[in-house]
Amino acid sequence: MQQILSFFIRNKNFLLFALLFGISIALTISSHSYHQSKAVTSANFLSGGIYQLKSSITDYFDLKQQNELLIQENAELRFLIENGGFRHAMMPIDTTVVDSNYTFVPARIINNSYTKSKNNLTLDKGRNDSILVDMGVLSPQGVIGIINSTSGNYATVQSVLNSNSHVVAKFKKSDHYGYLSWNGGDPNLIGLIEIPRLAPVALGDTIVTDGRSTIFPEGVPIGTVHNFNNDSGDDYYTINVKLFTDMTSVKNAYVIGHRDADEIQQLENEIEDEDQ
Amino acid sequence: MRTNDTLVNIVRFVTLVLVQVLLLSHVNFMGYVNPYLYPLFILVYPLAGDKTLLIFLSFVLGLTIDIFSDSGGVHAAACVFIAWIRPVILKFSFGVSYQLNTLKISTAPLAKRIVYILTMVVFHHLILFSLEIFNMDHIILILKSTLLSGIFTVILMVATILLFSKRTA
Repeated sequence: MQQILSFFIRNKNFLLFALLFGISIALTISSHSYHQSKAVTSANFLSGGIYQLKSSITDYFDLKQQNELLIQENAELRFLIENGGFRHAMMPIDTTVVDSNYTFVPARIINNSYTKSKNNLTLDKGRNDSILVDMGVLSPQGVIGIINSTSGNYATVQSVLNSNSHVVAKFKKSDHYGYLSWNGGDPNLIGLIEIPRLAPVALGDTIVTDGRSTIFPEGVPIGTVHNFNNDSGDDYYTINVKLFTDMTSVKNAYVIGHRDADEIQQLENEIEDEDQ
Repeated sequence: MRTNDTLVNIVRFVTLVLVQVLLLSHVNFMGYVNPYLYPLFILVYPLAGDKTLLIFLSFVLGLTIDIFSDSGGVHAAACVFIAWIRPVILKFSFGVSYQLNTLKISTAPLAKRIVYILTMVVFHHLILFSLEIFNMDHIILILKSTLLSGIFTVILMVATILLFSKRTA
């Protein structure tokens, strides 16, 4: 017993190191798997509060630019309304209340990263504003990412610029779909994988979200085809997409909730359980 | 540790964390190179201080940075590691004399100081980027990030030490 104790005391530094190093590695690995609730997140009272304070000061610096982006978005939406595309599709004639499956919560981005291989953003809205994990996040120009943790007043977003995220995307013109995949590098370019070779691809083609999941509505713009090749003899293209959203300067966001997301998820899970 | 030392360490801890998360993590030099100044806390921790306490404090330091940057436990792992091997690197860079309590990092010859900082930073950055990228296919990216960020960090650390050494010497 004496020997065991003295062993522990002699090696206490190494043992403490091994224990804490093990904990760190475990935290790292759990943060790499997408569908695990994160233990360490900036959506908390302390870091959220400090980021909020910082952004309340620095937000003034590019206010003009951000306003221009919002005005541009307003112009696009007005164009849709005035040209009827929206009004007739969305509004039944004999009701005054428009019933939509999607809810939009506006939020401000108080912390942003785009240089690492796994980037996250922090929003100034959380559970108290009915933001839940797995909701989609848009900028005025296009897709940003998916909520991956929430606290009372803050939420973190797994950016599309994160090697763990796999947002489903498709061609606007042909409905062929694949996944967005990012491996570091230029924050304005993102890979689009698993587009089959028989799909017609041209430079400048618009890529939009796919309505298959409950996270994003169908047809939210993502970007345009920047370059592509199919030389490698694969059955799939290698495509680089230029994002509409400038991820390096994005400040305003909308969080999208699907009203029936729980119900759809539950049904899909039931079917998966039966299959097994 | 004397009360004065404790206070200095607390202030240093908080300042380095705030400078790192509010300023240095957003430098994005050349698009993606950021310096990591906060391990300076571990580097300049009193040489005669409790080593067990240092390992624990390094974990807290790293975890704080992780919380702010949503990075799991990568900074914590890197910090705990350099805190643990610090005695070895001290001996390597300054010789055995550091154990005689006569040495002060702020008064040691500049060349020895740079060797010490460089070794610690290389270990820290290598672990940090290996865990963050977590993919051996991208080993070139890991080494490139370590090199570029490392140069930036070492310059910043040497500058910081020179800037603040008058007061503590």
